[in-house]
Order: sequence, then structure tokens, then C-alpha cells
Amino acid sequence: MTDATQTRHVPDRLNSRAARIFKSWEALLLAVAIAIFVINSFASPYFLSAWNLSDATFNFTEKAMIAFAMALLIISGEIDLSVASIIALASTAMGLALQYGAGTSELVIIGLTVGVLCGAFNGFFVTVLGLPSIVVTIGTMSLFRGISFIILGDDAFRGYPASFSWFGQGYIYWVFTVEMLLFVIIAIIYGVLLHKTNFGRAVYAIGNNPTGALFSGIRVQRVKFILFLLTGLMSGIAAVCLTSRLGSTRPSIATGMELEVVTMVVLGGVNILGGSGTIPGVVIAAFVMGLVTFGLGLLNVPGIVMSIFIGLLLIGVIALPRLWAMAAARRKT
Amino acid sequence: MVSMDMITKTFPGVKALDEVKLDLYPGQVTALVGENGAGKSTTVKILTGIYQPNGGTIRIDDAPVSFASPNDAAKAGITAIHQETVLFDELSVAENIYIGHAPRTRFGLIDTAEMHRSAAKLLTDIGAPFSSHTQLRDLGIANKHLVAIARALSVDARVVIMDEPTAALSHKEIEELYELVETLKSQGKAILFISHKFDEIFRIADRYTVFRDGAFVGDGRINDISEGDLVTMMVGRSVDQIFPQSTHDVGDEVLKIVGYEHPTEFADINFTLKKGEILGFYGLVGAGRSEFMQALFGITKPSKGVCQVNGDIKVIRSPADAVSNGIVYVPEDRGKQGAIIGLPIFQNITLPSLGKTSRSGFLKLAEEFKLAREYSQRLDLRAASLDQDVGNLSGGNQQKVVIAKWLATQPQVIILDEPTKGIDIGSKAAVHEFMSELAAQGLSVIMVSSEIPEIIGMSDRVIVMRDGRIAAELTKDELSPETLVRHAAGITSDGAAA
Repeated sequence: MTDATQTRHVPDRLNSRAARIFKSWEALLLAVAIAIFVINSFASPYFLSAWNLSDATFNFTEKAMIAFAMALLIISGEIDLSVASIIALASTAMGLALQYGAGTSELVIIGLTVGVLCGAFNGFFVTVLGLPSIVVTIGTMSLFRGISFIILGDDAFRGYPASFSWFGQGYIYWVFTVEMLLFVIIAIIYGVLLHKTNFGRAVYAIGNNPTGALFSGIRVQRVKFILFLLTGLMSGIAAVCLTSRLGSTRPSIATGMELEVVTMVVLGGVNILGGSGTIPGVVIAAFVMGLVTFGLGLLNVPGIVMSIFIGLLLIGVIALPRLWAMAAARRKT
Repeated sequence: MVSMDMITKTFPGVKALDEVKLDLYPGQVTALVGENGAGKSTTVKILTGIYQPNGGTIRIDDAPVSFASPNDAAKAGITAIHQETVLFDELSVAENIYIGHAPRTRFGLIDTAEMHRSAAKLLTDIGAPFSSHTQLRDLGIANKHLVAIARALSVDARVVIMDEPTAALSHKEIEELYELVETLKSQGKAILFISHKFDEIFRIADRYTVFRDGAFVGDGRINDISEGDLVTMMVGRSVDQIFPQSTHDVGDEVLKIVGYEHPTEFADINFTLKKGEILGFYGLVGAGRSEFMQALFGITKPSKGVCQVNGDIKVIRSPADAVSNGIVYVPEDRGKQGAIIGLPIFQNITLPSLGKTSRSGFLKLAEEFKLAREYSQRLDLRAASLDQDVGNLSGGNQQKVVIAKWLATQPQVIILDEPTKGIDIGSKAAVHEFMSELAAQGLSVIMVSSEIPEIIGMSDRVIVMRDGRIAAELTKDELSPETLVRHAAGITSDGAAA
């Protein structure tokens, strides 16, 4: 036996924890968030006000709730484009129940149940029939909202009970809203689920190599089905919050929100092809998007122009590390 | 017409071809015979310009040639029809035949009418029962072969290489292919025919050339040699690999398989596996070994059959079921089915053992690193750190990670599918040594392998599969290269087969 065949010790890790954090996508994103915060506070005198900032969180809290579940779904290699339509259908169901005299707790239960059922519907087609999720959820995107339109037409459901408005308009303490609290709780739950549990590890394994995960004894389809259920549930929670905040249901509620949710997830560093991404990244991305829209709003920039900025921000932040690497490579040669 | 002389091809650490010679004659079929790893594919790749040899000369009509690219070989009139020929499903038959060299109009556009006219003529010549306008995806595998052959003829090929052309064909289709080979012969083409099936070789070949372990063994006219002599030439080898001496005792029955059957891949599989036993599965490519193993592991579902573990009937519907019953599978396709590239080494190792390293579903990284450290040391893993992406490891070390992953689950039965395929000699020896160590510790091993020395050197008992069925079960005393090849290829002439 030669020297090389002796048992050698392989170290656990080479990079220290600090080095890993410093080099991460999340660190870059946090720097962007701070920069936007500073720019905003110079650009508008109204920005640095506790109540204004509190209002600004409504720009992202509902979307972020869905984005956390969507992040897990995208990491696993699937996607759900029907989330905004699930909100419409759940909200319509709540409005319908209201006509029959449902109280606040029934309304919440109905909203969440419809969300979960819609998620199960998507999950069935993807995991049992093996259809691609992008096609299935583009289909259900039209389907769910279509049902809403049939029920409501040009009408709107109004007259939600005062206690129901607590979810979207209530405050826990001073400027801190109920939605903020929900956002924090859900962020922690998903952070733990993805980063600290066996389930989360399975999600990463599936996203990197679904065949390999199956061959490793992971119940791939079951994990994916649960992820669709969770995304549906989160859309249901968002539907409760949004309906409560607006105080009415129209079939056009939350139109286009699915793309903002996906944008938030991708901005947060989740690979759109699956396999990588973190919940802290999505949290920071939520703040970045919230700060940008709020800052531009204070400067009286119209909504259409705002979407241009969000688009540029997404492309810019994603292209930045690539440009950086190309510049570094050029300097070396 | 074509002759290869003293051709040598080396890859880092391996001499794939060592001064081999091969001659092809116009109007004759030459069969290239040899085991897996004998150098047949490398030869084909050199002839078609995919690889460049390190030494030796290729002559066409006595003039030395060298092919820098596949394009050069095609221009010289050499064309190959592979097992899975690269064709385009969404294009028409004529487009497939003429892709890359379609007739042009004077404006430089493709002359569709002319293309279909010449394609139709080619198809008639080879007796193809479909039109040049047919979409390729509507054709069966046999007809796709015809398209590939038509394509070969369209470039006015003089040399046609057929690499196991009958592997996926039915009996009737094979007959039709033979007729076509006759047609090509009558047109004066030189044909190189690669096949593992002896009946086929003796049916259509005029000459044979035998390679063994990358070296030329002999050639001649097929009429001058018997099947038995050809087998001996193929496998007769010098003992150049040393296998660990098996000192393990074989214990009680662990696994019993009764009547496993699949609609298309295999049927009537019955065997038992004992504690501490290494059971080899030998057979030709396509004999149904991997398909059966994947059914045993719960990837595919058998239509019939009973699996007993330690005497209890177990229903295995998914890999998760198999793992919980102590059956694990190290697949042949390491990159796709084995390692999860993108995840670090330690996460690969602990993936199926997370139940043990975690508490009520929550990860415990310290426990994971402990487990990963233990098994990476046992397997002598070479890596920079356990936190490194498994994709950055060499093939041999990736295989160690996959084996470590399964050993960490403390299984009863480990299935190794071609465990040493494509890994270097050093890692090979390590895997062999480890395998016999495991058996000595009471683990039952099923080893699927197409390498005869490995099968003979490692197994306590060997099951030979042919066409999805068990062709023979051989004890250690009955093992010889000749018997294995006979049973696998279905040679019955010398009365040796059961």
C-alpha cells in the first residue's frame, strides 16, 4: 500500500461561516435594500415617518406570504402561476358566504379551505397525472378567476363585518399591523421548514435532481403535492388579508399578482430552474420591492412607470454578479 | 479497401487500443467481436473521426488517410449506424436523409422537390415501406434504422459501420435488416458489423476480427472457425486482475424473489439471496438485469411476483419502501440516478438517513457531519471538504459517495449495478475490496456486472439473464468465461447450455 491509499481526513467545511454569509446573494441584496432606503430618505421628506413606512408594508406583506410558499415550490422545480386567481376565487367564496350570513370565523375558514382545495387541484394534475406545472397553473389561472367572474359579473360583494376588517386593517401595537405580524410569523415558519427540517432538505434534493431524489428513497410526488397545498393555503391567507383590507370582493382582485410574487422570489436569489435559494433572501427581496414602490409612490411616479423600475431592478440585480465576474475575468487576462 | 494497422489510442491512465489491426473488404461483412471494454467502440470512433489515434495508420485503397473530424471521415465515405442513431423526430424522412448536404437551388435554398425525388429513389432501393414525406416520429425503430441506412447511402458511403443494429429489433425486422445487408454487399460496400449475438455473426458475416482488452487477438474467414473457438478467443485472458479472497460465510436466507414478471422487460424471475453472499448477475446489454433490479427497488412496478425479506412478504411500491425494508440500490447511471449534483457531499450521504440524524423532523447538522465523516472515512473518500458539491468529484469518488449514502442506512441487501463501470483501476480495486468486506460483515450483495473477470472474481454464485429471463444459475465451481458467454448469448451447439 502506498502513502496515498491511507485513510485521509476530509474536513467538514473549508469556508468559515462569516465568509459564506459575506459572499452570499443575501448580503448583496441587503446592501441594495439599504441603498434604496438611504436614497428614498433623501428623495422625499415624507419617507422617514413611522406611519408612512407602516403603510408601505402593505405593498409587500400579502405578496410575500405567498412568495415564501412559492419559493419552496420553485426550489423543488415546480411553479404555481394561479396564486392570484386563487385569491380571487377564495375572496369570491367568502363574499358568497357573507350573503348567507357567515360570520368572521366562518369567512376565514372558507377562505383558507378554498385556497387549500385549489392547491390540491393543481397538485393533483402535476403529481398524479405528471403534467408540467407551468401548463397546469396557467390553465387554472384562467379557470379559477373565470369562476369568480361567472359568480360576480360586474358586481362586487361588500358589507364585510367590522371584526373581519381586523386582518387587513388592524394594528397590534402602535404602527405595527396585523399583516406585519403574520408576515414575520410566516417567514419564520418557512425559514425553519426549508432550512432546518428534513422536509426542506428533500425540497432541495428534488430541485437539484428529481430522479436522484427518487432513487434515494424520497417520496418526490408527495413532497411536491404538499408544496402545492401550502401555496394554496398561503394564497387563501393572502385572500383573507386582501379582502379584509379592501373591504370588498371584485373578480379582478389581485390581478397580475402572480408575476409580482415570482419576481420577488427570483429577486430573493431563488434559482428559477430549481435547486437553490433561501427564505432570508426572499424576506430581503420583499423589503426591496416594497421600498422601491413606496419611494416612487411618494415621488408621485405613476403605476405603469413603477413596473418599469421593478423590471429593471430585477434584471439589474440578477445581471450584476454576472457582470462582476466577467469584469474580474477580463482583468486577469 | 480500408485497413487499420498498429492503431493505438490512450486515454489518461488507460490504453484503450494497443496496436490493433482491422481490415475491411469491399462486398464483405466483417464482424468485430469482443467483450465489453475490448475496444470496439473506440475503434468505431476512430474510423468515424470522432477520436484521433495516438499511433498507427489508416489506409483507404492503400493510401494513408487521417481524419481530423467526423466530417473528414464522412467525406472519405465512411458512415456509421449506431445503436441509437441521431435522427430528428420532427423532420420528414427526406430532411433526415439529406440534413447537412441537401441539394440546393441556384438561389442557395434547399431544393425540396429534388430532395424528395432522390430520397424516394434511395428508399425504393432499400425496400423501405414508407414515403419520403413521412414524419420521422411516426416511424418505428426498425424503420428509423432504414432511414439511417438511406442517409448513409445518400453520402455515397463505401464503408458502413453497424454498431449492434439488431439490439432493439424484432425477429421479422432483423430478417429484413439481413436482406438489406445483402443488398449493400452486392453494391460493393465494405461493412463492419458489431454484435454480441453469435447466431447473427455466423449468419451474415464473411470475416471476423477479435479484440480483447484493447488488443488484437486474431482474424480470419468465418467459415474457418467454430463458435467455441471464437468464444475462447474472445475471453481467454491472462490473469491480470487480483480479486480479494473471499473468506466470508454464507448464512440464512435474507431475500426470496418468486415469479417476478414485467409486461415487457422480464419474466419468471425466481431466486434467493443469503446473508453474507455476493450474487452476481451477468448478461448482455438489454438482458433485463437493470430493469429487474429497479423493479426490486420499487422504481418500476412488476406486474406479478412476490418479494420476501427474512421470510416475510413485503410489498415494495416505491424506493422509500425498499429502503425501509433494508434493500438499497446503487444505480449504473451515477450522475442522474445516484449522486445529487448540486448538493454538498455530506447532504448526499445523509439524505436517506435523515430520519436517524434528525430529531422529530428537524435537522441536526452535527449528527449529519458525524455520519458523513464516518462513512467517507470507511470508503476512503478523496475530497477537499464534506461541504463541497458532489458534482466536483471524480467518477470513482462520486461512486463512493453513493455507496456511503446507502451503507449509512445499514441495509440488509445492497444492489450494485455495474459498480465499477467507468471508474479508474485504483477505485475499482477499492470497490472490490470493500464489497467483500461488506459480505464478510453479513451484508448480502447483488452485483450486476458485464465484466466477466469481475463476475468471476467476486461472486459466490452467478445468475445469467438472457432476454429478460434467467438463463442459468451457476455456483462458484461452475464459473468460467466460456460458460458465462454461452449462457448469455444462448449458444447451445456444444450441448453446454441447460
